[in-house]
Parts: sequence; C-alpha cells; structure tokens
Amino acid sequence: MAEAELILQHVSKIFAEGTTREVKAVDDLSLEVKKGLLVTLLGPSGCGKTTTLRMIAGFEYPTRGKIFMGDKLINDIPPQRRDSAMVFQSYALFPHMTVFENVAYGLKVRRFSRQEIKRKVVQALKLVDLEGLEDRPPGQLSGGQQQRVALSRALVTEPKVLLFDEPLSNLDAKLRVSTREELRRLQQKLSITSIYVTHDQAEAMTISDEITVMKDGRVQQIGFPEQIYLHPENKFVADFIGEANFYRGTIIKSQDGRVEVKMLDRLITINQDGDFHPGDEVEVVVRPETVDIVAQGKGDFDGVVKFSHYTGSAATYHLELRGGQKMEVKVLNPQEKGLLRDEEVVGVKLHRNNIHLLTGK
Amino acid sequence: MKITIYLRESRNEIKRLIKDPVLLISIVFISGLLFLFIAFPLIKVFQYSLWPRGEFSAKYFVEFFQRSYRWRPLINSLTVGALVALLGTVIGFIYAYGITRTDIPFKRFFRTVAIFPIISPPFLIALAAIFVFGNHGVITDLFNLDWDIYGLDGLVMTETLAYFPLAFMVLEGVLSKVDPAMEEAALDLGASKLRTFFTVTLPLATPGIATALLLVFIRSLEDFGNPIVIQGDFPVLTVEAFLAITGMYNMPLGATLAIFLLVPTMIIFVVQKYWVSRKSYVTVTGRPSGAGLLSTEKHAKYPVMVAMIFLSSCVLLFYGVVLYGSFTRLWGVDNSLTLENYRYVFTVGGQYISDTLTIALIATPIGGILAMIIAYLVARKKFLGKGVMDFVSMLNFAVPGVVVGIAYILAFNTRPLQLTGTALIIILVFIFRRMPVGIRDGIAQLQQIDPGIDEASTDLGAGMFRTFGRITLPLIAPAFLSGMVYMFVRCMTAISAVIFVVSADWQLLTVALLHEVDNADLAQAAAYGYVIIVIVLTAIIGLRLVVGGLLGRRTTLFQPE
Repeated sequence: MAEAELILQHVSKIFAEGTTREVKAVDDLSLEVKKGLLVTLLGPSGCGKTTTLRMIAGFEYPTRGKIFMGDKLINDIPPQRRDSAMVFQSYALFPHMTVFENVAYGLKVRRFSRQEIKRKVVQALKLVDLEGLEDRPPGQLSGGQQQRVALSRALVTEPKVLLFDEPLSNLDAKLRVSTREELRRLQQKLSITSIYVTHDQAEAMTISDEITVMKDGRVQQIGFPEQIYLHPENKFVADFIGEANFYRGTIIKSQDGRVEVKMLDRLITINQDGDFHPGDEVEVVVRPETVDIVAQGKGDFDGVVKFSHYTGSAATYHLELRGGQKMEVKVLNPQEKGLLRDEEVVGVKLHRNNIHLLTGK
Repeated sequence: MKITIYLRESRNEIKRLIKDPVLLISIVFISGLLFLFIAFPLIKVFQYSLWPRGEFSAKYFVEFFQRSYRWRPLINSLTVGALVALLGTVIGFIYAYGITRTDIPFKRFFRTVAIFPIISPPFLIALAAIFVFGNHGVITDLFNLDWDIYGLDGLVMTETLAYFPLAFMVLEGVLSKVDPAMEEAALDLGASKLRTFFTVTLPLATPGIATALLLVFIRSLEDFGNPIVIQGDFPVLTVEAFLAITGMYNMPLGATLAIFLLVPTMIIFVVQKYWVSRKSYVTVTGRPSGAGLLSTEKHAKYPVMVAMIFLSSCVLLFYGVVLYGSFTRLWGVDNSLTLENYRYVFTVGGQYISDTLTIALIATPIGGILAMIIAYLVARKKFLGKGVMDFVSMLNFAVPGVVVGIAYILAFNTRPLQLTGTALIIILVFIFRRMPVGIRDGIAQLQQIDPGIDEASTDLGAGMFRTFGRITLPLIAPAFLSGMVYMFVRCMTAISAVIFVVSADWQLLTVALLHEVDNADLAQAAAYGYVIIVIVLTAIIGLRLVVGGLLGRRTTLFQPE
C-alpha cells in the first residue's frame, strides 16, 4: 500500500465563529490521499469542497484540525512555502505575461538557471500540446488552451500535490469531456497526487481513484467510484450520484445476505449484506437503468407511462404505479424495444442484484 | 465565549504571521508609519487642547461655547458648507445629467472646463472673483455694480464654482452606471419620460447625490484658500484656527478650534463611508447592455445645455480674466500689458519653483507606491487589525488640511521628532494627506481583478514582494499612475495644511501666491497662478503621453477625489 501524501485530520473551518453570522464551511473532515492517486471532493455548491482545497493550498487556515503533507504539519505554513500547486477555476493566468512567462514564473521563483527554465517550460508546454504558442499573451488563447496553460504552469514546478478547483467548469460540454480524459491520462502518466474539486458527478466518476462526497461541510461518503454508486451510504449520496427512485420498505426477513423486503405492497428478495432485522424501516434505492420494461402483468409492478424524455441513446419513462407511486425507468437503445407512448400500461421488473437498501440513519 | 474564540484566533494569526516574516514586517512598518504620521499628530491636537500645560483644563472648550466670536466662525463655516453643498450638487447633477443622459454636442469641451477648478490652486477662483467682481473688477466697472464680493455671498459663489466639479465627477460616475435598460423598462411599462426620471433615474442616483452633497460639504468646510482671500468680515473656522496659531501663537486655542473643525467633518466622513456608500444600487455586472442613450426630449435637453453653457462661460471668464490680469502692470490702475510679472515670478520666485518641484517630485513616487502597498494589504491580505489600518489610512481624506497642518506643527516641533523647518515635514504632509485617493483607487482596481491571479503567484512560491512587484503592481498600474498624478497636482496646488509647515528654507509656490494677494499685488499673484497651472498641465499631459505609449491605450489619468 502506498503511503499517504496528504492527510487531513478532523479539519474544520468556521467563518465568523461565535457571531450570529457563524458559518461552518467545513465540519470535522478527515481524509487521506495516497501517493499518486487522484481524489475528488464532490458536492453541491456551498458544501465546503473549495474551502477544503483552499486550506490545503494555504489560502485559508483551518479553525480546528491538522493538515499534513508527507509527514510535515503544514497548518501554519504560508501558501508560497507549501509544496502544492493549484489549477484555478478562473485559470488566473497573468494577463500581462506571455504563455512562456506564465509557465516560467514558478521556476524563476525557485531560481532555476535560464537554460533549465527554458528546457522545463518547453517540455511542460509540449506535455499539454501547446508548442508554438510560447509568445502569445493568454488573452489571445481559446478557453481550452488557457486551461492547459494553467495546468502546465502548475505541473512545471513538480509539486507534491496538484490541486484542481473545478478546472473544467469554464469549458463547453464537448471540450469538457475530452479535456478530462486528457487530464486523467496526464495525471496517471506522471503519477502525481491530486485533489480535484467538482460538482459534476460524471466528471468525478470518470477521473477519480477515490471520491469524497460532501454536503454542508460534512463528508457523506468516501470510496471508489463504483463503491459510491453501487453502495451509497445514505440518501443524499444515492441521489447526488446518478439518478435514483426511493421507496419506503420494511424488512420481513434477513438471512445469509438475502433480505426479504416489503415495498409497494410486494415482497421482494434481494442480495445485500448488512445488519437488517425484521421490522426495520428502510429506504429502497432503485436506479432507473436497473429496471426492465416488460409486458403488463409480467413484472413486479404495473404502471402507466405519464411522460417520457427521449435523448436518442436512451429514453427515460416516468411511470405512475398503482397507488400513485412514481418510478423513473431508463431504457438504453430504446428503439430496439419500441418506444412507449404516453398512457401505455406496462410492467416493470427490478434487477434483484442492483436494488440497494439504506437504513434510516 | 466570544472573547476566548477571538483570543484563540488572534494567537493563531500571530503564529502564522511569524512564519511569513515579510508580511509581518510590512504590516508592522506600515502600521508604524500610519500611527506616527496620521494618528499621533491628531492625538497631539487633543492633548494641546485639553491638557494645555500638562494638566487637564477645559478652559478653551468652555470659552468656545461662551464667546460668540469663538463659535460664530463654526456657524459661518457650516452655513457656507451647506449652501455650497446644495448649489454645487444641483449644478453638478445638471452637468452630469447633460453629459451622461443627453446627446448635447461638445461633451469633451464641457468636461474639460469642469476639470479646470480641480487642477488649479483652489483659491485661484477667489482671486478671479476679485478680478471680476472686486473693486476695479471687470463686471463691477462694466455695470457699475455696488456688490461687496467679500463675505458670505462671495464665498458661496467662489466655493460653488470651485467644488461643483467634484459633485459632477461623483454623479457622472453614478449616472453612467445606471443601466439605460432600466429606464427603457419603465418607458416600456408605460411611464412618461418625466415619470421615468423621477421614479427610476433619480432614485437610483440618490446614494450618489448624498455622496456628492457630503463630499462637497466637507471640501467647503475645510477650505482655507478661498476664505482667506475673500471671507471679508465673515470669519470661517479654518481661517480663525490659522490666525490663532500663526497670528497669536496660541497653540491650545488653535488646537481647540481644530477639534471643532474636525468633529463635523469626521461625522460626515463616517456617515459617507459606512452608511451612504453601502446604499449604492449601482452594480457592475460586466454585462454590457445593448441599450444606448435615451433620445432626449428637447424640453429637457435645451435647459440643461443652456445651464451648462452659462456655467462653462463663468469658469472660462474667471480663468480668462486671471490670465489677462497676469499680464497687466497694476490691475485696475494701469492695465497696460507687460511680461514683468512673469519675469518677477521666475527671478524672485525662482527658488519657490525649484523648492516646490523638488518636494513634489520626492513626495509623488513615495506616496504613490506606499498607497499601492496599503491598497494591496487591505484588499488582498488577511491580518489582525486590517480594519484599523484601512480606517486610519483613509482618515486624512476627511481631516481638514488646517487640522493636519496644526497637528504636524504640534507633533513635530520638539525632539526627538523635530521636523519643523525641514523639507521632510512638507513631504510627509503631502504623502499622508493625499495618499487616501491613491489607496481608494488601488483598492477599487484590485476589486476588479480576480484574486486568483495573486493567489496563483503565491501558490507558485512567490513571496509577497515578488507577487506585489511582478503581478499586482503591473495590473493596477492605471491606479498607481493616476494616484501619482493626483499626488503631484496636489503638491503643486495645496495650501491649507502646508502653510503651517513651510519655512524660510523651504517655500512653496501656493504660499508665495497667497503672500502676493496679501500685499494686494494681484497681477503677480495671477502670474504665480498661471505658472502653477502650466506646470500641472505639462505634468498631466506629459505623463498621459508616456503612459499612452507604454500601455497602448487611453487612460484617464486624472481622477479627482
């Protein structure tokens, strides 16, 4: 197991503490980032992810808790003496300097020789496909190019930890996808420890080794992408990552990893480990893409199509089940099975292995 | 509970500062300067007033309220201030409305004329008033007027002309930021243009109007140059305080009068800074609205234009007459033309010119850079006592020049800080009195710049000085340069504070000008005035050319307060 490059221990950031305007931006956050991995901080705006990143960079100081880089406590170290480099959301390129000067800036600070600077800058620009643009001012570059200048400016100093503050949020949708793949490729190639802040769950899923889901300053769950998706620990995580239908259920029987749960007046048996007892109230999570459409009467439930979204590669049907409960069902490649019309009555069958139970905690 | 949190935070703050010694030293150094040259002299004023001989005595305070010849000047000052604020703001509004909201021609001309009073020595208008309305004045003789220019009405007239440009600048800024789309929305909803003006335009400009009123009020209250020339038997407080110190050598009395001058201006300053300025509706969205100017109704446009032409004519007449007067042998007696007055200024006054330029050229860069450093610390850094630094550094913006002058001679005439009689004390007065404008512009400009750019530099390992020198300063260069131009102009034209600290060794042009007025050598005074104006214009235009070449774009270099 690789050693931890960055450790946050019970870190809290409280603004205006002790006043009526007190805000707990980050509340008792603990996190370990292993060497060479990319960990995302994922959550809606105001969840404290950016504040956490800024504490790691040194722009904010924790109210409580400790931050270690390597084995060094860095709580009180000013940002210019920390071994981290940040890619800013706004890129924060120096508008009065050329691309070359921007990338060279951190090297000049570190007093590298002229030749050394030149060599490293050229190499760093090559890494992000920006050769030939050295003498341009950043204002003349496209958004994607600016983003890559910001990245190479951070990379060139060979920091221990690379920090990304929503680096792709200013790019258009298509570019965002290709850039994040490129980013991930680079990060793995250089095997550089990275913290990546985003509110975009798809982005987090595709580029992370580990995801830390946050809400209201508190960590909700830490895990690998598939862990977070398949085994969310609470309703917030289940809802925030991907789409989900939620139903109330009651445990009837639990034995050897097989759980019998009563939901929507039906008994369903699913496979899930966990500490369940008969009579427990649970939340049943059903992902829309884990439901099959079948003929009326052939599934677990029958439902009426109320309306649908068709995006070409998929169709999402909003069904109304008996008793007024709603269910969202996502069908991939829907043409194959024939598109459903509104008010059509169909049956739905749930994939037993993909139903997930949340206890009331 | 709160106190323990505060103490803990303070302790952490100090721990961090110790690990960032450059920031720590900068903060300590600048706080020291601000205390020594802003707060400490003001403390001295109170000390001299209330502890005149080392022990407490309210004698001068009590006397102020008891004797009408003591409090009357305060009432007079407030009266003039209120009238000038009102008139100046109304005129300034008309002017600003004309420039921003109508399609009148010759806008550049009108703006230029409005700048005149700002870049010339402030009491030049009073001098002009004498040339026009005094004994042997142009208008007096022409219409055989029997109007005594010396006194309340003359003072109100000159100060209104001198300070309406300030109101104009403030209101122009506010009105130009009121999005015409809002006015269009009102019209679209069926309101008439008049109704739109009263229900949309005017309310949106209200905070700006309040600011203009208060600023002009402060400027009038602290004006020294105009009243000393033209107050006649209508004494105002600034002149009384000046006479108490330089005429009667009564320091405690001078200090007490200074306090009574200080209190109203401070109140207004605090009201403006912490209340009115927060009421602003104007928001900079950075999203340009496509809407252009409203087409102006003729019955709004022409009255505004006539008013502006009248005002501009007054200003031009005043400056023209002073120019003419500077070439006359003996104004009113022998109006034949001569260059004698200018020969006099360059020979007898040659020393004053070089003294003034020397002092201005030393004070300007130091004050300019110091202002930017303070702006940077206040806008970008977090540290204990930042609010205090912000407040103290801006304090002299509101402290009347006469009070600063008195404070400096009280604070720096004894060892170990004996500075009176040196050039240094004059330089210090200029730097610390005029820095607030630079600081405020610097902060304003920094607020337009993504803080991430500074943080990126820090993040890449640059210390505070490198970040400031390589990143911040180049980006706020316009504020830096305009702050220096402002400082230079004020060094050339100011009188109220420095008149207390000039000495036989170090004299200033404005003081020399005042002496000529005192001696009734009006033509020579006029010549001094124009020499000052020419130096100031040369500096502004010269710097504009240099900067225009450097930055490759037009910058408004002169931003008056």
